[in-house]
Amino acid sequence: MTDILKLLEEDSRYTPAQIAAMTGKTEDEVKKAISEYENASVINGYTALIDWDKTEVESVTAFIEVKITPQRDDGFDRIAERIYQYNEVESLYLMSGAFDFAVIVTGKSLREVSQFVSLKLAPIDGVISTATHFIMKRYKDKHRAFLVEKEQEERLLFV
Amino acid sequence: MIDYESVMSSSVRSLQPSGIRKFFDILENMHDPSAISLGIGEPDFVTPWHIREAGIYSLEQGFTKYTGNAGMKKLREEICRYLMRRFALRYDPAGQIFVTVGGSEAIDLCIRTLVEPGDEVIVPVPSFVCYGPLVTMSRGVPVYLETKEENEFRLTAEELRAAITPKTKLLIFPFPNNPTGAVMERQDLEEIAEVLRGTDIMILSDEIYSELSYGIHHTSPANIPELYEKTLVVNGFSKAYAMTGWRLGYVCGPKPILGQMLKIHQYGIMSAPTTSQYAAIEAMKAGDEDIEMMRESYDKRRKLMLKRLYEIGLSCFEPKGAFYMFPSIKSTGLSSDEFSTRLLKEEKVAVIPGSAFGAGGEGFVRMCYASSVANIETALDRMGRFLERL
Repeated sequence: MTDILKLLEEDSRYTPAQIAAMTGKTEDEVKKAISEYENASVINGYTALIDWDKTEVESVTAFIEVKITPQRDDGFDRIAERIYQYNEVESLYLMSGAFDFAVIVTGKSLREVSQFVSLKLAPIDGVISTATHFIMKRYKDKHRAFLVEKEQEERLLFV
Repeated sequence: MIDYESVMSSSVRSLQPSGIRKFFDILENMHDPSAISLGIGEPDFVTPWHIREAGIYSLEQGFTKYTGNAGMKKLREEICRYLMRRFALRYDPAGQIFVTVGGSEAIDLCIRTLVEPGDEVIVPVPSFVCYGPLVTMSRGVPVYLETKEENEFRLTAEELRAAITPKTKLLIFPFPNNPTGAVMERQDLEEIAEVLRGTDIMILSDEIYSELSYGIHHTSPANIPELYEKTLVVNGFSKAYAMTGWRLGYVCGPKPILGQMLKIHQYGIMSAPTTSQYAAIEAMKAGDEDIEMMRESYDKRRKLMLKRLYEIGLSCFEPKGAFYMFPSIKSTGLSSDEFSTRLLKEEKVAVIPGSAFGAGGEGFVRMCYASSVANIETALDRMGRFLERL
């Protein structure tokens, strides 16, 4: 059944009819499966992969390492909730290794992101330290390379 | 002033140029980015990075010299291991295999090694365009044998039996088939073995699409014990690993034949490209998952294109191999050439007329589904519109 998910991950604009054709199921079966995935939060949304650098919109993204003191009873979860509910936070991961949280934050400018870190993230109870790394160039995201695809010289051959 | 016509070999001059060229010429002259080509038959994937990287690394190491004539020992060993692992075919890396410049060179070598003037070579058609001309170059006689849609374009024992004469030297065995997508299964092969029993007719099995079989596992004539000694297996890296531009293939078969065949390769080619051979070792060792991923992707698009063809009202046999659909366009009343030319000019979709693939191809067109889902959908929408207008 995961073939439906794989196809949607490849291109979420595939229609139920297309998915049905490619997986050998009926359109109704596909629609039903998708709605079940949605209800079970296996599918959590549909979005576009946008290269904002190619638009007028100013945008910066930072990868922030955060060290925290785990809370009694709740471990990391409670602090995670306090962090990820900010709109600025694009992604939040609990990590193994030298730091605890990896937080991906987007904003309009370096200043905006810095302010978020210093005024909102760092002061949260339990946050011991932060280290902010700004993303300079996005090469690949979700399996998609963002560079312009190079085409080989056009060929006129018959195979 | 030299009369160039008179200085050239008559066999070369008698060869027909590929009838397809004009479609690509029209396509090119359109300069229209909205034109969609389902014409070219090659993977739409780039060679997997780890394979490309192995080629690059070999260059960094300075491995730029010729290899042995038969190809690198390590590569031959890996190919033999692969053939055993994937298809249960046993070949001795020393003497039963050598590495060629694509499957095409291997096909040429097999024909040149076996065919003498006047020998008949049975060529099932529709099929890839190279066999007949190469037979002609050896002054052999291609005997074209039409496979039928009602037989799913398989070669039947009766058809084969009827085509055999005392002069028959070689049977070309092009399965999985370009352009029809037909496959031959074990039962079919056993019937072919029955027909060939007691003869010295050799088989050239062109298995370049062997990894692109859907819902069935490819069986080679060499898997049939009594056909093993009659069969030359030709295969390569182009289709399975999306390595068309690396130009690398191989041929396997009986030692006495390969020993003689290697001489032509020695004189004409020396050795297959060294960089490609290093990349191919990586493909053999770590490429099984790439094949699987690409096959699954083609299979999804195969199902999609087939469904869309039915929706726009064309009948099509369900292909089980390669990456082509071969729908019938007989219902339109147009010849395959007219159909393809008009579709290209009026709707900017390039398909190949079946007539280009020999007798039995008239009334069909070849469409390659190694193209993006969006391209397939748009092309089929346009074809549907075209059919409605007819």
